Amino acid sequence: MHNFDFVKPASLDEAVKALSAEGAQALSGGQTLMPTMKQRLAAPDVLVSLTGIAALKGVSGRAGASVTVGAATPHAVVAAEARAFYPALAALAGGIGDPAVRNRGTIGGSLANNDPAACYPAAVLASGATITTSRRDIAADDYFQGLFSTALEEGEIITGVTFPIPQKAAYVKFNQPASRFALTGVFVAKYADGVRVAVTGASNNGVFRWSDAEAALSADFSAGALAGLTVDDSEMIADLHGSAAYRANLVKVLTGRAVAAA
Amino acid sequence: MPKDHGIGASSKRREDVRFLTGKGVYTDDLALHGQTYAVFVRSTVAHGRIKAINTANAAAMPGVLAVFTGEDFKDVGGNPAGWLINSRDGTPMREPKRPVLAHGKVRHVGDAYAAVVAETYNQAKDAAQQLADDTDIEELPAIIDMKAAAADASNRVHDEIPDNLCFDWGWIEDNRATVEEVFRTAPHVTTLELVNNRLVPNAMEPRASIGEYFPGTGDYKLTTTSQNPHLTRLLVAAFVMGIPENKLTVVAPDVGGGFGSKIYHYGEEALVLAAAKKLARPVRWTAERSESFLSDAHGRDHVTKIELACEKDGTFLAFRTETYANVGAYLSNFSTATPTFLHGTLMAGPYKVPNVYVNVKTVFTNTAPVDAYRGAGRPEATFSLERVIDKMCRELGLDAFEVRRKNFLTPDQFPYTTPVGLVYDTGNYQATLEKAIEMADVAGFGARVAASKARGKLRGLGLSTWIEACGIAPSHLVGVLGSRVGLYDAATVRVNATGNISVMVGAHSHGQGHETVFAQIVAEKLGIPESSVEIVHGDTSKIPFGMGSYGSRSLAVCGTAMTKAVDKIVAKGKKIAAHMLEASEGDITFEDGKFSVAGTDKAKTFGEIAFSAYVPHNYPLETLEPGLEETAFYDPANFTYPAGAYLCEVEVDEGTGKVDVVAFHCADDFGNVMNPMIVEGQVHGGVGQGIGQALCESTTYDETGQLLTGSYMDYAMPRADDVPFYNVDYSCQTPCTHNPLGVKGCGEAGAIGSPPAVVNAVIDALHRGGHTHVTHIDMPVSPNRVWQAING
Ligand SMILES: Cc1cc2nc3c(=O)[nH]c(=O)nc-3n(C[C@H](O)[C@H](O)[C@H](O)COP(=O)(O)OP(=O)(O)OC[C@H]3O[C@@H](n4cnc5c(N)ncnc54)[C@H](O)[C@@H]3O)c2cc1C
Repeated sequence: MHNFDFVKPASLDEAVKALSAEGAQALSGGQTLMPTMKQRLAAPDVLVSLTGIAALKGVSGRAGASVTVGAATPHAVVAAEARAFYPALAALAGGIGDPAVRNRGTIGGSLANNDPAACYPAAVLASGATITTSRRDIAADDYFQGLFSTALEEGEIITGVTFPIPQKAAYVKFNQPASRFALTGVFVAKYADGVRVAVTGASNNGVFRWSDAEAALSADFSAGALAGLTVDDSEMIADLHGSAAYRANLVKVLTGRAVAAA
Repeated sequence: MPKDHGIGASSKRREDVRFLTGKGVYTDDLALHGQTYAVFVRSTVAHGRIKAINTANAAAMPGVLAVFTGEDFKDVGGNPAGWLINSRDGTPMREPKRPVLAHGKVRHVGDAYAAVVAETYNQAKDAAQQLADDTDIEELPAIIDMKAAAADASNRVHDEIPDNLCFDWGWIEDNRATVEEVFRTAPHVTTLELVNNRLVPNAMEPRASIGEYFPGTGDYKLTTTSQNPHLTRLLVAAFVMGIPENKLTVVAPDVGGGFGSKIYHYGEEALVLAAAKKLARPVRWTAERSESFLSDAHGRDHVTKIELACEKDGTFLAFRTETYANVGAYLSNFSTATPTFLHGTLMAGPYKVPNVYVNVKTVFTNTAPVDAYRGAGRPEATFSLERVIDKMCRELGLDAFEVRRKNFLTPDQFPYTTPVGLVYDTGNYQATLEKAIEMADVAGFGARVAASKARGKLRGLGLSTWIEACGIAPSHLVGVLGSRVGLYDAATVRVNATGNISVMVGAHSHGQGHETVFAQIVAEKLGIPESSVEIVHGDTSKIPFGMGSYGSRSLAVCGTAMTKAVDKIVAKGKKIAAHMLEASEGDITFEDGKFSVAGTDKAKTFGEIAFSAYVPHNYPLETLEPGLEETAFYDPANFTYPAGAYLCEVEVDEGTGKVDVVAFHCADDFGNVMNPMIVEGQVHGGVGQGIGQALCESTTYDETGQLLTGSYMDYAMPRADDVPFYNVDYSCQTPCTHNPLGVKGCGEAGAIGSPPAVVNAVIDALHRGGHTHVTHIDMPVSPNRVWQAING
């Protein structure tokens, strides 16, 4: 690891200012950034910690309406505190990594990083959530722009995420055997105006909505409604842990299981 | 009442107190005055010619004290192979030099070709990066696939070895023609091609070494993560560096696991010693995890075709194998023994099969060296045998249990000479099989299949009946088989003046629990509390000699040496007691820590005798030396032959291909058991590693020789939720006939017996689910592979 300076501002304004410096980078839970620095693949001059900003932390909501999670809230807190509002979201948070990762890693860091195998993007996209930043609100459908790429601009800080609460929802994750990120994960959310299905881990383009399944499930919210559907494997990731055809199969199998579990 | 002390008691592991409270002292924990840091520059290409290394920029960087390249070591010796194997045509194996640092060519990703020593770790890292940037390596085509490597004479890992072949070995060559004849006429032949997957050892503690040099005396000290410090001393001193053995001390302090990978001497150890001499300062190195992945000796990596010839009723007539075994880029110390004498000699299994022929072609490739890894050769033999037998049973519609019963050696057949050169001394394979069947409630399996089905899962049952040769020793045998060292062991029992005891043993404990078990044995033999006995290991300056720990040898070989030294202590004690009690030596008995005159109440305690030996006021000084300390070396007559029967139950999720091991039953014969808790722990660990090999672990190089599974992001280790609660039994005991403790060894058993049980269970589940076209799935039996097998 190279040497760096470390600042821990107490307010968003100070953080925005600190991040405008040359070579500055936001640090949240550090679960992605620190290993990258240890491998000397990243060498920021200044780390701006977001975890000292009270406004970026915690879970709040209105039952049956929406729940907002501060960007610097660790997964373990979401797992515990979002349960009352949005059990499927809490369960997803509780299934990320291991206890150490869940006590450090945050939703803001996960969404800013947008790892194609991360869990939160599936929940955010399937819920049609809103990502609030230091500059604006971004709709989930506009936010994810492919592998490790998002609508965030230079120096823009995610402050929180607001999820509308569905009638029914479930996330089913199939672990990549080594990393235990999602080899494929499917989040299904049923709202009054229709069903949304978001898939992570499977596509070369990152998290995506499976629109055929959304249509079928909006008409008939049962696993059987998927029977006639096929998943195009041409855009699926193929690697050591799964061929494209295997991932396409997982998309369908896991979607059915998510519907059954919702 | 189970015993709570001495032999057979489940004494708590005394070493765990320090391990579990963070008070262990590992190599990297040592902080030395004036210490410096070495960082290695490793090849990022699998195969290349080193055109130029410009060291000037790196040498001028802040804090840099020294820079080394292969040029600096071109005149010192290579790291040798410990076993000489001859090819079928009688020619000796090809032995390319394995230098301290790569010279001329780099031969695998991770091959170290330079090193930088600096005041701080970060300075050394920076300079190592600079040196890498200043190195010109012409990349050559990588040689990765074994069969292609052996077929292509134009592209060579070592320029002097045309077909990349180390040797082409036949075992036993004289059996070849007869075996071929049997196959020509056999009523049934089953053939199976399989891969025994390459594994990265993944010890919890990465390799680490500290070199010291003392200019005043010219002495060297190497503190290192070793399973056998004496062997490392021999290799570094005599073969590589030319340091007299009496000028080098090797210390292996607490070592966090090895599984074989820390048996061997590695170039990093020689480098830190050479650098320490040059700088007259301590030089330290600790591998990063990614370095461990790239440079620790890997395990397994066989591609095998096995054939079984039998009668229609399943009576075995012959086994024949052809194996390609990967040794990687260089020969490591045991790498030529592992695919041969630790593998071919086990190819008769626990069966009375009359004809066996084994052929092993060992191939150099541009990959990390491959050597012994927990089980070493014997898991490969067991996997091939137990898988092909399972396949044969399916082809002929025979019951797997019945086929084992029909072919097992029977207890009245021992000692039994196998067609592959071993003499099994004792065993009762029927007993372990019946025990396993009872433990696994095989009678209730049908109901469990139905219950799984109701939950949407396919259930399968897999059997493996395994045997191994361990207690790796007999020098006369291993010498005939090509070993260049002897494989005895040694121990010194020192009774201190106050009656407590220090035992210096040549075995090295890196997690096994020797400090507990060895103390139990001494305490039992001398009738004293275990707490009076201290076990000292891992330091060549304290211990007489030793060949270290691997091949499940610690107890059977070193434990026996220790027992013999204790016997000498008792014999001397009797002489002292006879003098003190004014009786004749022949009338002295020793029991429960007391020397007594038979038939009288005259007695001296062990403590009194010890005191008298060191304060010899009333002592037969004319005929007996004072002091009470004895050393014994022990070289056994034969290997030991643990065996057992394993039954595995799995559930398969057809939708995702995921396999869950839901039950695992082990009925093992380890001979006499010294500490049941530790034996169970060894089996748990071994089976866990076997399940890891069977289901999770894949070491994958791409065609350019990059290791795709070079971190835990892609290399799947088994975790707690990948393994079931194990059901372990060791009550079937046929004590070893040739060591006084009657022990056989249990360290590798789990890793040897379990992989075929798991894979057989998966195939069974798929067949029960109607997927009868699936005859084999290569390990690791990953979800993707199972799904593909079902749908392919
Ligand atoms: C062993 C392990 C297992 C894991 N398993 C899973 C898993 O199963 N599923 C899963 O989804 N994830 C998993 N993760 C990832 C983990 O959950 C974290 O969410 C992720 O590492 C990023 O969050 P962080 O808070 O640690 O971000 P950091 O590492 O601190 O930052 C990541 C990136 O985001 C930027 N950033 C951070 N916060 C903000 C912000 N508020 N605004 C703008 N940019 C920001 C940083 O500058 C950096 O570029 C795992 C990680 C590890 C180490």
